[in-house]
Amino acid sequence: MQPIPTIAEGPGTPSLRPARLPGLDTRTLRTVGLLLLPTIGTLAVVSLYPVFRGITLSLRNTTLSSQTDSFIGLQNFRTLLADAQFWNAWRNTIEFTAVSTLLETVLGLAMALVLFETFRGRGVVRASMLVPWAIPTVVTSKMFGWLFDGQNGIINYLLKGSHLIQANVNWYGSTQHALQTIVIADVWKTTPFMALLLLAGLQSISGTLNEAARVDGASAFQYFWRIRLPLLMPTLLIAALLRALDAFRIFDLPYVLTGGGPADSTETLSTLTYKHLFSGLQFGFGSALAMAMFLTELLIAIGFGVFLLRRMRASGG
Amino acid sequence: MAEIARSHQQVASRLSQRSLRRVATRFLFYLAVAGIVVWSIGPFVWQLNASLQPDRYLAASPPHFLPVPGTIQHYYNVFFVKQFELYIINSLIVAGITTLFCLTFGSLAAYGLARFNVQGRFGILGVILAISMFPQIAIVAPLYLLMSGIGFLNTYQSLIIVYLALGLPLVVWVLFGYFRELPRELDEAAKIDGAGAIRILWSILLPISLPGLVTTGLLSFIASWNEFMFALAFTSDIHHQTIPVGVANFTQLYSVPWGDIAAASMVVTIPLVALVLVFQRRIISGLTQGAVKE
Repeated sequence: MQPIPTIAEGPGTPSLRPARLPGLDTRTLRTVGLLLLPTIGTLAVVSLYPVFRGITLSLRNTTLSSQTDSFIGLQNFRTLLADAQFWNAWRNTIEFTAVSTLLETVLGLAMALVLFETFRGRGVVRASMLVPWAIPTVVTSKMFGWLFDGQNGIINYLLKGSHLIQANVNWYGSTQHALQTIVIADVWKTTPFMALLLLAGLQSISGTLNEAARVDGASAFQYFWRIRLPLLMPTLLIAALLRALDAFRIFDLPYVLTGGGPADSTETLSTLTYKHLFSGLQFGFGSALAMAMFLTELLIAIGFGVFLLRRMRASGG
Repeated sequence: MAEIARSHQQVASRLSQRSLRRVATRFLFYLAVAGIVVWSIGPFVWQLNASLQPDRYLAASPPHFLPVPGTIQHYYNVFFVKQFELYIINSLIVAGITTLFCLTFGSLAAYGLARFNVQGRFGILGVILAISMFPQIAIVAPLYLLMSGIGFLNTYQSLIIVYLALGLPLVVWVLFGYFRELPRELDEAAKIDGAGAIRILWSILLPISLPGLVTTGLLSFIASWNEFMFALAFTSDIHHQTIPVGVANFTQLYSVPWGDIAAASMVVTIPLVALVLVFQRRIISGLTQGAVKE
């Protein structure tokens, strides 16, 4: 029997057709170029160009209100390094990023493990978990403003009812608790999403491993710790990295809930930059701040990437 | 005999112990499930409750757990005092047009990357994805200058252009995944019949990939509907500002109008929640593909 030639060439398998060397066929190349043009064009104008413009702006003293606009080299960055407000925002941002990412990853993993079991109504539970993700962050800020209201908030009422606190806590109105409130709101909004990501990761791990481990007499805990968690680790770390990069940019929640206050205790790098840009109209200095932020984020990504590679190599990947 | 009876007893007690443990585990499990549901929709339900209560209930202690007797005063205020329908119209226009462009541009690019063996296509895809990682605060100032330079400040198109760029990477990525799964023979056969690239995309690939289009369309719509920072920076009046700006500006001089805020929150969130619940499967698959980039 003759093999049917077209079937052998399934989707995704590299083409067996001879001589159509990639990149040599100019007609194909032109077609692909035209297809990509709208996307590449948009991204070049709206994402790439502004980054380069931002770099040049960060080396100028451009201020929209006073019409000053000249090249000043690294002066903005020198000012920045000596700026207490900048370092305060930097610390707040790092603290927020670290705590919220950690909580969201751990709680998200716990939720994913629950959701992994089959039970009646699982679809409904999974659907409900999309609600926090879908709600606009500005609305989330207002929601948590009401939940954590110092006077009539339900959280204070419940905590007092269960004798965990004696008197009302002024959550986002006090320097002590404001950043905590923002962490809580962010953890609420993002944990279910994290759980859905990790659930997808868990579901891609083969079920036969489960049976093999059970036959070998492994306890549920051993199974989780020795088999599931290591297999899930790449997904877990990547999800945490993406989350951390996103958390680092936090803007909506503090801007709407506290405006960065009280006494700058919830000022993050994004809110501080925004204020310099659009309240102070200092486009030069504000851009320097944004670039410092960009650099920090790049360092986080690289650090995480190196860690991830080492881990993968160590586990024999 | 007595020995046998005793062993029976032992077995029975061991059995009941085991079933007791199973019941306890089961109970804890469902407690965790209930916890997840309360976590996910509790704050939303509490906001709904607040939106239907008169102000004096909202300031009462202990709080009223049910809006009885309820009021629609807050909803009235949202529409007839605060003119919230204007924000909603603005958001519908901006998010709708953005989604349309996202799908058009994105499907063209995904088609180009997925269906032709061009060298470096994974590199291009990687660059597109890396661009989506840029912090938005780093591009807002240059874009503001650009928009002001071409007279686009306080217009719909300023937001549409920016949201298009923010949404495209995910759309390209998800549709790329869809197109790559389809058998190549489809293109080949159409090409023999004399169909051009655009025709192949339009009448063969897109109809089969409808689920992918729905997913990516929803994701870019929701992202544009919810975006705050660019809307805050670029628009300055109620005829162009989108919903998040409208909600953020919801303050009064002396007290916080929690009831009105809650009503506004419900008005802009309920359609979104309905959409998400209807399309949950597609959204989850799109999100997990988009975020777990391996």
